[in-house]
Amino acid sequence: MARVIVDVMLKPEILDPQGQAIARALPRLGFSGVGAVRQGKRFELELEGPADEAALAEVRKMAETLLANTVIEDYTVRVTE
Amino acid sequence: MSAARVGVVTFPGTLDDQDAARAVHLVGAQAVPLWHADHDLKGVDAVFLPGGFSYGDYLRCGAISRFAPIMDELIPAAGAGLPVIGTCNGFQILCEAHLLPGALTRNASLHYVCRDQRVRIEQTATAWTNAFDQGQEIVLPVKHGEGRYVASDETLAALEAGGHVVVRYVGGNPNGSLNGIAGIRNEAGNVVGLMPHPEHAVEELVGAPSTDGLGFFTSILKNLVDA
Repeated sequence: MARVIVDVMLKPEILDPQGQAIARALPRLGFSGVGAVRQGKRFELELEGPADEAALAEVRKMAETLLANTVIEDYTVRVTE
Repeated sequence: MSAARVGVVTFPGTLDDQDAARAVHLVGAQAVPLWHADHDLKGVDAVFLPGGFSYGDYLRCGAISRFAPIMDELIPAAGAGLPVIGTCNGFQILCEAHLLPGALTRNASLHYVCRDQRVRIEQTATAWTNAFDQGQEIVLPVKHGEGRYVASDETLAALEAGGHVVVRYVGGNPNGSLNGIAGIRNEAGNVVGLMPHPEHAVEELVGAPSTDGLGFFTSILKNLVDA
């Protein structure tokens, strides 16, 4: 069984007010040195079989179809242990 | 002639379907309830996708609804010219279904906004706004947390150049939408989506800020009678 991670982020040109709010909160909490924050989503998919090329192609299709709205979001797919 | 039949779709989590049905009824048309899990548009003349929080807005607003069985019927029908309007969550669903370009994202303020909003009708050449005057300013309620319209620069330029911006916010932009866009249409003009709620501005008795929303419903009747 393999675990595949799909990270979904707003495209860089899309305003992320949630990330901005987090960035503004950090100094108030005493954290310094963070210039900007972008917030995204992480999906963990437990595959029933191996994470071979066919399975990853299927995951990419899932990301395109449902997990990400590619009009406003980018996604990346990677395999973990 | 028999009354025009306007389908109103109910998804799990839809809130405004009864109000939409009432607005349809008020202009003399027949509201036909459509259920998300059915593969059946019941032969309606037009479809209204109401607001709410369909499927709990899980994943993204409209992202799950877009794959409901009824949408398998609605997407090709809209492509073939069936008049379809989506308000609020309905607009989000139309964008997720790629029946309209762009997307609706979290309000720039991060606050849920509920207020009476002045908007300008920028385009009357649609199935849903032909009863208005070009440039007419009306007041409709807005109530949403994710209504900031975004699209790529090219899409935005194409919307503006093609006259596909149907409704624009005036007197303040409630959510940070690009170009103050409150509603848009597709190329053919049969599909319209907007964040404000025409169906909540049809009767003075309930404290609505206006009855300006009726124009969307009389438009569709006019359209169907003329057809």
